[in-house]
Amino acid sequence: MTTLISINLVYYLIGIITMLIAYLSWRDSSNPKRITTALFWFLFGMSFLFGDVMLLYLGKTTSYRIVGFTVLLMAAIAGANLLGAGKRPDDEATTRRRAAARLGNKLFIPALAIPVITVLLAGFGKELQIGSMFLLDQKNLTLASLVIAVAGALTLGQRITGSSPLMAVRESRRLVDAIGWALILPQMLAMLGGVFVAAKTGTSIQAIVNLFIDPDNRFALVLIYCLSMAAFTMIMGNAFAAFPVMTAGIALPFLILQHHANPAPLVAIGMFSGYCGTLMTPMAANFNIVPAALLELKDKYQVIKLQIPTALAVLACNVFLMYFLAFS
Amino acid sequence: MNMELLLPLIGIPIVVLGFAFKVNPLMVVTTAGLVTGLAVGMDLPTLLETFGEKFMNSRQLASSLLILPVIGLLELNGLKEHAQAWISRIKVASTGRILMLYFVVREISAALGLLSLGGHAQTVRPLLVPMAQGAAVNVHGELPQALQDRIAAHAAACDNIALFFGEDIFIAFGAVLLMSAFLKENGITNVEPLAIGLWAIPTAFCALMIHLFRLARLDARIAMDVAAFRAVGDGARL
Repeated sequence: MTTLISINLVYYLIGIITMLIAYLSWRDSSNPKRITTALFWFLFGMSFLFGDVMLLYLGKTTSYRIVGFTVLLMAAIAGANLLGAGKRPDDEATTRRRAAARLGNKLFIPALAIPVITVLLAGFGKELQIGSMFLLDQKNLTLASLVIAVAGALTLGQRITGSSPLMAVRESRRLVDAIGWALILPQMLAMLGGVFVAAKTGTSIQAIVNLFIDPDNRFALVLIYCLSMAAFTMIMGNAFAAFPVMTAGIALPFLILQHHANPAPLVAIGMFSGYCGTLMTPMAANFNIVPAALLELKDKYQVIKLQIPTALAVLACNVFLMYFLAFS
Repeated sequence: MNMELLLPLIGIPIVVLGFAFKVNPLMVVTTAGLVTGLAVGMDLPTLLETFGEKFMNSRQLASSLLILPVIGLLELNGLKEHAQAWISRIKVASTGRILMLYFVVREISAALGLLSLGGHAQTVRPLLVPMAQGAAVNVHGELPQALQDRIAAHAAACDNIALFFGEDIFIAFGAVLLMSAFLKENGITNVEPLAIGLWAIPTAFCALMIHLFRLARLDARIAMDVAAFRAVGDGARL
């Protein structure tokens, strides 16, 4: 059975937006690095627009190598500081204030429509069909719902403001200029995580952690499990990658089998210890770095810095919660 | 400890040093990947293949690009300005209170599985940040950039913390399913996802209390910073 909003369609849409952004960057004379900026977004858009076609005609090995090579090029452009940004016209603030006064609360409608439509569709839209086609990709419900929500919000937004779709893309290019390389970072980190897995980094970490283990000291074991979950998550940027390694290495043999810990609270709190690590690492870029870029913060690490006190306090709570709840 | 165990770790100091010295992160991450791969004996074509495969298979991470056109359109038409004006009509609203309310709603809705209600591109940037900043502007007048940035960063941190510690209570969430699948694979078959979700509640509650405590002190902290900033400004003018 086929799907109307498939994951591939989502990729094509992202690809089209990126290519328009590349084109607009190329034409933007206020950006001193317009050529390399355009090239960067063009390379990024390629894997979205042509990725599936390449897989079909060139096979996996060649396609992945080509994409891998474009990734190196993008890193080189960003690393050589060749990503620039255009200038905004000066009279804009007045225009914005005037529009705000004219449109009032109507401006909230499209903004609120995105989360509301996404949640409703993701919750109740799984079975929706058009003819014999599913409306939403069955494996990527949220993403497919987001596409419809965004399309709806965009239509509403144009109705209300009287702006054209091209204006929307032009504005999104300005946002992309502000975000810059951070938009690519999450995928680059997923790539690094893949190399770490292939290099069996987890095994090495486990071997090092094992040096500190005293199998008879229950509290020390709990402490090491929580801390190593947080630390390995900080390295991988993702608690899901750290969980099997650390749980199989410490929790399962020592805490569950030897000390008869209750598995449910043990793993639940162990995973949360990993989340404390997620809050403290730039490797979790889509939570910590991308928002800083999106909010145009001067210090890209400011979100992490603000999260560290809460993360450490929760981590300390986790150690005691695990010690008392898993052994009651 | 032999070399074979240490070599796969070579990427970690590269990442730490690269981030510490503020080298472009794309460069840092790619270099760390290249060095780690070559150190454990992968050849360049295989390494490029791994790069490409992981990059392609994580394309869904770029989905915030879909939201940007709408946000850009609304911001061009004064969404931020209106959000600030709107919040000024609510007399009891303060930066700390707005963030506390958002935190509680976000954590509870995440626990019920409504993960997409928030998010940095769709909620934090267009709505939460202008409101949180606007509430402070209403009390103190124009804010210095550093303080505007801090309030914005607090809003982003709220979204993350509330989401992380809420979502694991929801039993159909990926992490809960991952944990129960892991236990089953390792021969522990009597643990239901529901039990794991329930045992997430104590930590979720701790995170709620700890972060609300910090947010409760935010308004006083902002007032202090504004006063300090004004004092420095006046001193400079004298």
